Amino acid sequence: MKLFELGERTAQVHDVLVTVAELAERDDARAVLLESADDPALLKPYLNRLELVVLRFPIFRDGRGFTQARELREYLRFSGEIRAEGHILPDQAAFLRRCGVDSVVLPKDGNGDPALWEKQLRQFPVAYQRSVLPERSVGPGLRVEEAS
Amino acid sequence: MSIPVGHYQYDRIDRDFLQARIAEFEGQVQRRLDGTLSEDEFKPLRLMNGLYLQLHAYMLRVAIPYGILDSRQLRKLGEIARRYDRDYGHFTTRQNIQFNWIRLEDTPAILRELAEVDMHAIQTSGNCIRNVTADEYAGAAADELVDPRVHAEILRQWSTLHPEFTFLPRKFKIAISGSPNDRVAARFHDIGILARPGEDGAPVFRIFVGGGLGRTPVIGQELFDSVREEHLLATLEAILRVYNAHGRRDNIYKARIKILVQAIGVEAYREAVEAELAQMDLERYRLTPEAVAAIQSRFAVPQLEAPADADAVLAQQRRDDPLFDRWVRSNTHVHRDPGHIIATISLKPAGGIPGDATSAQIARLADLADAYSFGEIRITHLQNVVLGHVRKDRLRDLWMGLAEVGLAEANIGLIGDIVACPGLDYCALANARSIPIAQKLGARFADTALQAEIGALRINISGCINACGHHHAGHIGLLGVDKRGEEFFQLTVGGRAENGAAIGTILGAALPEDETVDAIARLVDCYLGRRESGETFLDTLTRLGHEPFREAAYETV
Repeated sequence: MKLFELGERTAQVHDVLVTVAELAERDDARAVLLESADDPALLKPYLNRLELVVLRFPIFRDGRGFTQARELREYLRFSGEIRAEGHILPDQAAFLRRCGVDSVVLPKDGNGDPALWEKQLRQFPVAYQRSVLPERSVGPGLRVEEAS
Repeated sequence: MSIPVGHYQYDRIDRDFLQARIAEFEGQVQRRLDGTLSEDEFKPLRLMNGLYLQLHAYMLRVAIPYGILDSRQLRKLGEIARRYDRDYGHFTTRQNIQFNWIRLEDTPAILRELAEVDMHAIQTSGNCIRNVTADEYAGAAADELVDPRVHAEILRQWSTLHPEFTFLPRKFKIAISGSPNDRVAARFHDIGILARPGEDGAPVFRIFVGGGLGRTPVIGQELFDSVREEHLLATLEAILRVYNAHGRRDNIYKARIKILVQAIGVEAYREAVEAELAQMDLERYRLTPEAVAAIQSRFAVPQLEAPADADAVLAQQRRDDPLFDRWVRSNTHVHRDPGHIIATISLKPAGGIPGDATSAQIARLADLADAYSFGEIRITHLQNVVLGHVRKDRLRDLWMGLAEVGLAEANIGLIGDIVACPGLDYCALANARSIPIAQKLGARFADTALQAEIGALRINISGCINACGHHHAGHIGLLGVDKRGEEFFQLTVGGRAENGAAIGTILGAALPEDETVDAIARLVDCYLGRRESGETFLDTLTRLGHEPFREAAYETV
């Protein structure tokens, strides 16, 4: 498993990764796997001990993970690591990052080339809407860039 | 160049963004060619940049945000039609233009040419927020309460490469109007927005959700009556968030927001949206008056000066020339300035292909826009063209200029003003050809005096149940169906997209093409014979019910 960091937070390897249903039984679990149909609010009782939430993309066209990541960051104030795995494309790198995802499990095919992910992260100098990241306006209007 | 009167003026940062988007797309094409991207992976990526694969060739759909462009941009579209296509373009019901005969390898070059005039194909397809449409008379109509273009531009920007909403269950269409007379089919959109002035001067927004045509036609329901401007983006984010999380992804035909709204009910949807809003940091999503003003400042205001006798000059010219008078009657709308008028240019010549324009016509339209309407052009969702600010005393000169290139057809809102999808001539999904029957109907009712006599009557034609020709919303709707390899058309009547939106109901069995044309002629005769003074086709239909029309349509069958 090759990890790629989308931002500043260093990706951590966890030996124990459990499902949402298993969380209640496993006091030692620090990492949980969220399927795209799972409601992130289910993690509320466990947020204090969770260090990693892995969002599984069954196919890159299934965009529920983007909303899950934002809910984790914006509503649940989760401050641990969020990781995306499954069928994801480098073309989604900046979207993932802007929704609060810190790292990805690189796909094993041609989409797993870290250079592609790196390039895609830097593709656009500005964005036209706020994200979960610290940003400053590059007006006029809605445009923002990341505050370094 | 000076700031355009009709749309947002780009700056260097916006242009850099477009270049980055082209570079990204070029990289995606390259990865498809070298095999790193599979066709299944490439397809949604190319669609998000407007590139379809049709029956015979690639089609590139170019965005015209809120349907408004300037003459420089229109000229460029004409050049692209000439150089890269078969010398014409097709204006669409989402106020865009599409080129039907594009080579894949030409697309990066075309995108670069478009970027030279601040145009692109971003989000004209794909399961994302599509080009936002707006009232074609925005900023010009006398009946307007709020000019919707500034907020349409805000929505365009906000939805561009939105990090959360680019992989939705299905496509997502938003329309916005600021007039009490709905000219955007607000209730047939995923989200329809009607703006009106609020008590403090800032606009408030009435928001409909879950409307749409397609296989399952649904009239949108009111979600909120009065959303404040500062909460507009937060509210839209919340609506989309609920849809992205809960919209169906197991069946493409059940994936639109309308199905979700139907399944849980609009009250439950509203509660879900309110629950999102309660958790959101509203300050972060706040649309500030400063941001609105900054975007507004990128639109120029047309200097509407007309001689005092402009109205009298036009009145005299109408008295002197009945043909001109007929065109003014059908093809103009009241402007907010008494010395000006709004002119709609029909792209529906009798026997022609609805919405098509040749490169020569496109170039002439650009020249006429420069001469008569501040260089501004609008594309309507009924596939026509509007010059929004024409001085009344110069309208006849414009009309004569249009006639030189075959664009003076006097049929806006009349039976010849047909909306049709591309149909089986282009589209891989279609069951029937929409264009030939549109041409036959156009030819049957070619006489503009007859069209004027018939009055307001919209015909919409779709080549399959995906309903791109909006047949459900036509006063008379035609749906192409395949019957054992033969093209038949199912007739519906009573649909409307305007105020009082309604879905048409099926009149009877489907008929072959020529018999359909005859049946429509009998429908029209039935209306003409039985209408009471001042009644439109829809009025008579409402008063009498379907039965007399059904009998008329099928009398010889």
